[in-house]
Amino acid sequence: MAEQSTVTFIITRQDSPESSPYQETFEIPYKKNMNVISGLMEIRRNPVNANGEETAPVQWDMNCLEEVCGACSMVINGTARQSCAALVDELEQPIRLEPMSTFPVIRDLFVDREQMFDALKQVKAWIPIDGTHDLGPGPRMPEKKRQWAYELSKCMTCGVCLEACPNVNDKSDFIGPAALSQARLFNAHPTGEMNKSERLEGLMEDGGISGCSNAQNCVQVCPKGIPLTTSIAAMNRATNIQSFKNFFGSDHAH
Amino acid sequence: MAEHREFFYRRLHSLLGVIPIGVFLIQHLVVNHFAVYGEESFNKAAGFMHDLPFRLALEIVIIFLPILFHAILGVYIVFVAKNNTRRYGYFRNWMFYLQRVTGIITFVFIAWHVWETRVQIGMGNAELDYSLMENILSNPVMFWFYIIGVISTTFHFANGLWSFMVSWGITQSPKSQKIATYATLVVFLAISYIGVRALIQFAYGV
Repeated sequence: MAEQSTVTFIITRQDSPESSPYQETFEIPYKKNMNVISGLMEIRRNPVNANGEETAPVQWDMNCLEEVCGACSMVINGTARQSCAALVDELEQPIRLEPMSTFPVIRDLFVDREQMFDALKQVKAWIPIDGTHDLGPGPRMPEKKRQWAYELSKCMTCGVCLEACPNVNDKSDFIGPAALSQARLFNAHPTGEMNKSERLEGLMEDGGISGCSNAQNCVQVCPKGIPLTTSIAAMNRATNIQSFKNFFGSDHAH
Repeated sequence: MAEHREFFYRRLHSLLGVIPIGVFLIQHLVVNHFAVYGEESFNKAAGFMHDLPFRLALEIVIIFLPILFHAILGVYIVFVAKNNTRRYGYFRNWMFYLQRVTGIITFVFIAWHVWETRVQIGMGNAELDYSLMENILSNPVMFWFYIIGVISTTFHFANGLWSFMVSWGITQSPKSQKIATYATLVVFLAISYIGVRALIQFAYGV
């Protein structure tokens, strides 16, 4: 294999949330085993574009650098994925970097994923354990169920499923697949189960689960292989039953 | 109910697509199929439907209102999607896109078809019988318009049936959803045959 000397990045940049995007090309020295982030770090170290002009360093978001935090998602050669896990040797050149289109751009490749955290609030994706006194240990979870739930817990709110979903866009208020699956995760937890109906109510609010039209791109693109469409179908069943309970009434408090 | 209006409307939309609209679609195509057994056979079957007691009430409650609701909310659903089959060319994403395309085609087709048949009959400009459809479909342009319209409708119904089973939480596992894909494909082929066969009969008498 011929030794590569440079790597070319074509980056879609945007100076502020309101300004219009433009493209800038960078050529940086090739290093063995580099990933997209180490390429961006090289541009930050020496912010000169392919025309030899000095420019502002490219901004992006990152944190863990091991594909568990979800912060560094961007569209790389047309596919939304984590830039830390995108190895330059495995990418076609020139490498095209764009911010994810579903989210508002803060600057360059840095997007605002706040809507995903708002979605988690809508479906109450947490387990309330605080009280004014010691509530004692919660019920135990069977090991088999724990292993199953662990797969759902891998969600890192990276936004790739929202980027791929045709129903998540500026014309619709659909909260997207990630939060729907998180509601299922916390409803499956033995303590979380105690507040099951509150999460289902959240899923039934406007922009909730009914915004899904089963294009099923989410499950194909999820970097963690989370069975998102199974979660959605399961939550469909649960919310339907909840809505019948709400309307017709039931023996059990909801 | 008030606080979950969108949820309720979307579930109602899903339900109405199958019951009663889907059931009516199958009944309609099956009655049309009587044409294949001859003009008299069709006129008898159509006459039976026409002479059902409380016909107008049945039509309004089972056909017109559900279709109107499904169509209006459906057009809205089409407009809030941002199709991305070019970037994400997965099978289900294509089905999602085709569901929207066939929804719009079906909407136009049904509007035209109702105007040309039920409305004209209601205004006394036409008679409900074999020759009405024979006259419409002997025009090759209308024949192909009807072929596209019927196949678009049957696709929209069959694929909608798949979606219905997911939206109501019946098929959850990937395996059950896959088998449902094959099952709804069979439904699509079967009712398309029933519908198209009758069109050919009306147009070419064979």
